Amino acid sequence: MSTNPFYYDVIVAGFGGQGVLAIGNLLAYAAMKEGRHVTYLPTYGVEMRGGTANCTVVISSKEIGSPIVHRPHAVISMNLPSLLKYGVRVQPNGLLMVNSSLIDLKEVSRNDVDLLAIPVNDMAIENGNPRMANMIALGAFVEKTKLVEATSVFDSLEKVFDERHHSLIPSNIKAIQIGMEYVKALQK
Amino acid sequence: MDQDSEKILVRGNEAVAMGAIDAGCRLFFGYPITPQNEIPEYLSKHLPPLGGEFIQAESEIASINLLLGASATGARAMTSSSSPGISLMQEGISYMAGSELPVVIVNISRSGPGLGGISASQGDYFQATRGGGHGDYRTLVLAPSTVQEMYDLTYLAFDLADKYRNPTIVLGDALIGQMKEPLLRRKPEKMTLPQKDWALTGAKGRKPNRIKSLYLQEGELTEHNWKLYQKYERMKKEEIRFEMVHTDDAEFILVAFGSMARVSKTALELARNEKMKVGLFRPITLFPYPEKPLYDLSKQAKKFLTVELNTGQMVEDVRLSVHREAEVFFYGKPPGALPPPEEILEEIKKYYG
Repeated sequence: MSTNPFYYDVIVAGFGGQGVLAIGNLLAYAAMKEGRHVTYLPTYGVEMRGGTANCTVVISSKEIGSPIVHRPHAVISMNLPSLLKYGVRVQPNGLLMVNSSLIDLKEVSRNDVDLLAIPVNDMAIENGNPRMANMIALGAFVEKTKLVEATSVFDSLEKVFDERHHSLIPSNIKAIQIGMEYVKALQK
Repeated sequence: MDQDSEKILVRGNEAVAMGAIDAGCRLFFGYPITPQNEIPEYLSKHLPPLGGEFIQAESEIASINLLLGASATGARAMTSSSSPGISLMQEGISYMAGSELPVVIVNISRSGPGLGGISASQGDYFQATRGGGHGDYRTLVLAPSTVQEMYDLTYLAFDLADKYRNPTIVLGDALIGQMKEPLLRRKPEKMTLPQKDWALTGAKGRKPNRIKSLYLQEGELTEHNWKLYQKYERMKKEEIRFEMVHTDDAEFILVAFGSMARVSKTALELARNEKMKVGLFRPITLFPYPEKPLYDLSKQAKKFLTVELNTGQMVEDVRLSVHREAEVFFYGKPPGALPPPEEILEEIKKYYG
């Protein structure tokens, strides 16, 4: 880990059941493994499948004050309502990642941000498991931002997922790699 | 139980449960309510294998009375709830203060009044720090601000309860309860504590002990109340805890506790970036309140801004502490959206200079 001061925050948002909280948890866990300070703040309570869900993750080289973030460095929006709600809050020159399987890019109103459009649902279906869309998004985000090492994310899976889901870890790793490869290809 | 050597990423609520287990608590009584359910959830799984008991009672009133009975035997025991549930427990808390029973009560507070809502709030400050139930009593009140403190202060709460034979409240809120942060499950040093020779353990070979809060003989209750008073005065001398950030050269002091202290800490950094000499005072014990250190600061800084998730409660203690040495301003947010640091920075600018 570098000793330079480091600070990054991201809001991950979508509808309940899309796995946005898992994305946030894995990012936070991986960063903690790399010696960073982290906070993970979920929405909670009166949410349900199909309702909105979001979490805020802060990663820093020093102790973190506020876990609440108004203008994040990045937003990962997995559906249209979350783009409309949080897309406007990304810092200028920040990263706006959108799930272009569910979001028409005409809906993106910002031209002062780095837009990364990934059709994560389509890619997940193509690869045989529609439930892995969130892991593809995570892989793409990690490759784009280099916030954490991919291996730290892989190592975090067994910590974040309940033991009864550990048999699914290899397919999650594969999905993360698919997301990473997609961004690598874009950057060539 | 082995201590985990490396950091784990857990919710504040889980950290409370772990702190209780590591402090030797083996008895939990409670009734479910959002946003503290991860505490009973964790304990229901982990207490029985340790030989403990987890009881989901039929109500908060039953829970607090089960707690009274358990602690009367000298056992370490706790309950947790959230604001409306804590209101239901007030009669029992008053009885335990009167009977001098050492228990830990965790309030992961939510918004009120009434059933209110499940969002974070600091609206229970008065209830926690002024006794809460009937009669002239106080509870020790600890206000964690990080997940690590949720663990450390829960652990400490058991020691303080035993040291003073007094109910001790851990006052968190939905934000600190639900958020995750790295936790080092280190066992803090344990206090040297008095023997529990008052406990009801069966009177074999000794005179029976009595645990009660009813005193009808002439003069008895006066004496009992003075005894309790002495105890609260001793807490004020020995148990003040607080944190100060950048106060050395500060001309303007933010005062906030729990979740709001975190947001204020970032607001302070933003203010420092703009060359404003702002400091932060964070009470960790809400009772006893750190009056003296706050008063001392008022000789150096002439403006104080209290930030709370309510419409003005702790600000009264800040005013009482600084007397008339400084101006005390207030920024409050009733239940709803949580203020980002930029919002507090705007408030600082309003009064600074």
